Amino acid sequence: MTQREKAQVLDEVTLDRALTRIAHEIVEQAGGVDDLALVGIKTRGETLAERIAQKILAIETVKPPVGALDITLYRDDLGLKAEQPQVRSTEIRFPVKGRTVVLVDDVLFTGRTIRAAMDALMDLGRPRIIRLAVLVDRGHRELPIRPDYIGKNLPTSRRETVAVMLREHDGIDRVVIQEPTDEQGG
Amino acid sequence: MPWKRKDLLSMQDLEPAEIGEVLDTAASMKEIASREIKKVPTLRGKTIVNLFYEASTRTRTSFEIAGKWLSADVINFSASGSSAEKGESLLDTAKNIEAMSPDVVVARHKAAGAPALLARHLRCSVVNAGDGAHEHPTQALLDLLTIREKKGHLEGLNVAIVGDVTHSRVARSNIYAMTKMGMTVTVAGPPTLIPVACQELGVKVSHRLEEAIAHADVIMMLRLQHERMTGGFIPSVREYSRVWGLTLARLTQCRPDVLIMHPGPVNRGVELAPEVADGPYSVILDQVSNGVAVRMAVLYLLTGAKAA
Amino acid sequence: MNLLIAGARVVDPANGVDAVQDVLVTNGRIARLGRALKAPAGTETVDAAGKVVCPGFIDMHAHLREPGHEYKETIASGTRAAAAGGFTAVACMANTFPVNDNRAVTDYILARARVEGVVRVYPIGAVTRNLEGKQLAELAELAEGGCVAFSDDGKCVMNAEIYRRAMEYALPFGTPIISHAEDCHLAGGGAMHEGIVSTELGLPAQPAAAEEVMVARDIVLAELTGAHLHIAHISTAGAVRMVREAKARGVRVTTEATPHHLLLTDEAVRSYDPNTKMAPPLRSKRDVEALVEALADGTVDAIATDHAPHALSEKEDEFAEAANGVVGLETAVPLLLDRLVRPGVIDLAALVTRFSVAPARLLNLPGGSLAPGANADITVLDLDAPWTVTPSAFRSRSRNTPFAGWTGHGAPWMTIVGGVSVKP
Repeated sequence: MTQREKAQVLDEVTLDRALTRIAHEIVEQAGGVDDLALVGIKTRGETLAERIAQKILAIETVKPPVGALDITLYRDDLGLKAEQPQVRSTEIRFPVKGRTVVLVDDVLFTGRTIRAAMDALMDLGRPRIIRLAVLVDRGHRELPIRPDYIGKNLPTSRRETVAVMLREHDGIDRVVIQEPTDEQGG
Repeated sequence: MPWKRKDLLSMQDLEPAEIGEVLDTAASMKEIASREIKKVPTLRGKTIVNLFYEASTRTRTSFEIAGKWLSADVINFSASGSSAEKGESLLDTAKNIEAMSPDVVVARHKAAGAPALLARHLRCSVVNAGDGAHEHPTQALLDLLTIREKKGHLEGLNVAIVGDVTHSRVARSNIYAMTKMGMTVTVAGPPTLIPVACQELGVKVSHRLEEAIAHADVIMMLRLQHERMTGGFIPSVREYSRVWGLTLARLTQCRPDVLIMHPGPVNRGVELAPEVADGPYSVILDQVSNGVAVRMAVLYLLTGAKAA
Repeated sequence: MNLLIAGARVVDPANGVDAVQDVLVTNGRIARLGRALKAPAGTETVDAAGKVVCPGFIDMHAHLREPGHEYKETIASGTRAAAAGGFTAVACMANTFPVNDNRAVTDYILARARVEGVVRVYPIGAVTRNLEGKQLAELAELAEGGCVAFSDDGKCVMNAEIYRRAMEYALPFGTPIISHAEDCHLAGGGAMHEGIVSTELGLPAQPAAAEEVMVARDIVLAELTGAHLHIAHISTAGAVRMVREAKARGVRVTTEATPHHLLLTDEAVRSYDPNTKMAPPLRSKRDVEALVEALADGTVDAIATDHAPHALSEKEDEFAEAANGVVGLETAVPLLLDRLVRPGVIDLAALVTRFSVAPARLLNLPGGSLAPGANADITVLDLDAPWTVTPSAFRSRSRNTPFAGWTGHGAPWMTIVGGVSVKP
């Protein structure tokens, strides 16, 4: 089943503004950068976390530490698929204990990835607070998870896909909604 | 390339891409060892049975740790003090165990082909943890991981495997693995300890230690079993260690960035001088920690793969 | 007892016959051959048009396991397997339990064969007591009791002096000494042939030299004593070379080869299937080629099955621990008809010679001929009959064959012993 672009919802400029606003919101709620850490969920969440951290550096002249989390080993759907998903490495080089950790991901959908991320994070230590920043919230939660910082709220239908493209991975910054073209074949 | 095999029985079966997948997965899983809570929930609810007919504390422990860090339930079955002593056949024991629904059986046996026999008859996944002189695939995988970590790549490296190749499953698995990954392998030892037709495996053969190790990037020393004196393979341990032991003096003729490896346990003073085993070129302990990571990766990949 | 076999192609190499003839059997013996024969009234007639009639095949090397190992095979089941395989007679080896090293066991075997056997049974006596290789068995009594040869098959008599004495002692009886040529030290615990395959599989292996060293020794002893030496299940290129040279020199040495050694190489062992494990082991391609060549040129005199039944529990084991041996009575003829005669490696007359004329001659048995007056032991073949090796359908009690699932054309059609068709 092929996908077709239905609409562009963020371009380079609007994406950057969203990240700038999120960075301000994080700092405002945390009351500064002390104890703050950003942990991006691989793969694009990691990139977004790094960008947000750079923006915080520009605002506060201090950059919070950034880590990357691979949640593959914590997924709740292992063994249900035909093959095992590829495991990447988790790189969090600072202690998590006692910190305000902001998880960063590109798209929030069912909430299962965030549930796995919280389990993974807790196995590394006990944060004081965990908050969640997402670039896009597309709805359709299957677990009671809610984001603290949202780039854009995007109502979608289940059939649709939200594709986040970032310069560092895809050569361009944009976010689009895709829909399947036909139901024939598969 | 997604892993699709039900069992891991031999390196000879694997494609280079599959080997790469195990190594990459193991590399990603290494950091679990440095956590305070060394546990991930990935294999929660899975049951792994270590069916070890040959005594082996280190390999069994390595598999046990690997399984437990992945939250699996690991049961150890060693042959002594069990129905094997009462004369129960391997197959009967295995079927009895299978009736208890394990997800993976890790099998070590002194008979070549025993894990293959199990894999033919058991529904669950089978991992060969060493069968006679045939293969020890997870050893070769952890050896490759160690080399790749230290050297940054595998292809084009020169490896010397030294010692009793005839009776060594570690040597065979490494020969198959390394030749597949584009490494150049030289086996070295007295002619009585190099197996018939060895060159046909794609390796060079040398009967002089100095010659074999001169340009090696990696030197893998094999353990000499003292039983080899019966059967006329070597006249004495003393002569073997004089001619084939890797001493500090011999090491000075090697490349300055050479890696010294050994599957363990080391016969100090026989195949490796203690100063070499403990020295800066030795990566023996890295091999051990990589062993846990590789076994975690193997267990992870096998439990995900559905039988064809 | 009386039978008319009509319209078949008769292949009787001992009498130079290869023609379509009728065969008349009277009172269990060949009466005459001819065209359009008329049988006395009431004689059963077998329409064998399109079939091939041969002197009854004789397997000169089989293990019937009775007395002692009846769970693997009995004289009853083994002879039924033989009949199903086209054999009218079987020579059975001495490694029973107890060993056939004394007259009482020979008598027992012959008594059981009279009651339960459906083909002729010829016992082979042991060379040494209990096959231990230390002391001669009572060879004179064994010969008197009906043993047609002596062999410690299964084991090799390692002590050359004992073996020399055995060859000398047995000379007056005219019985061949059959050698299982395997130096037990060189063979070590070798479970397969030593070569690149054994190196890859990591299985303990024995070199061809383990067989050749003993073939050489046995030929020297045969030369010294003038005995008739018969090498059992010969398998290596070096061994057949030595036999060829010794025959040219006039030494009384003969030999046999098995179907599995003629058709399979050590590559078959890669699956670790214990049904590919036997002694001597399956050899290299080079050895098999030399063996087939030796069969064609007559260096290998006879084909024998070395039928070695084993229970499932003894075979379904780790390769190095599994029992040695495979069954062969029911598969030998079909396999060789399809894989050697059909492609023209040897012709039908040569096959009949190897299966019938030679075994009879080597063991001094009546048989191997359809001349008038001979026993009416007849093997009738259907050269076009399709077959699939189906172990579950074997008459033998055991199923250990490396040929399961093999298919081909050409099989035994009827087995007649003493003029009576045997229902296996």
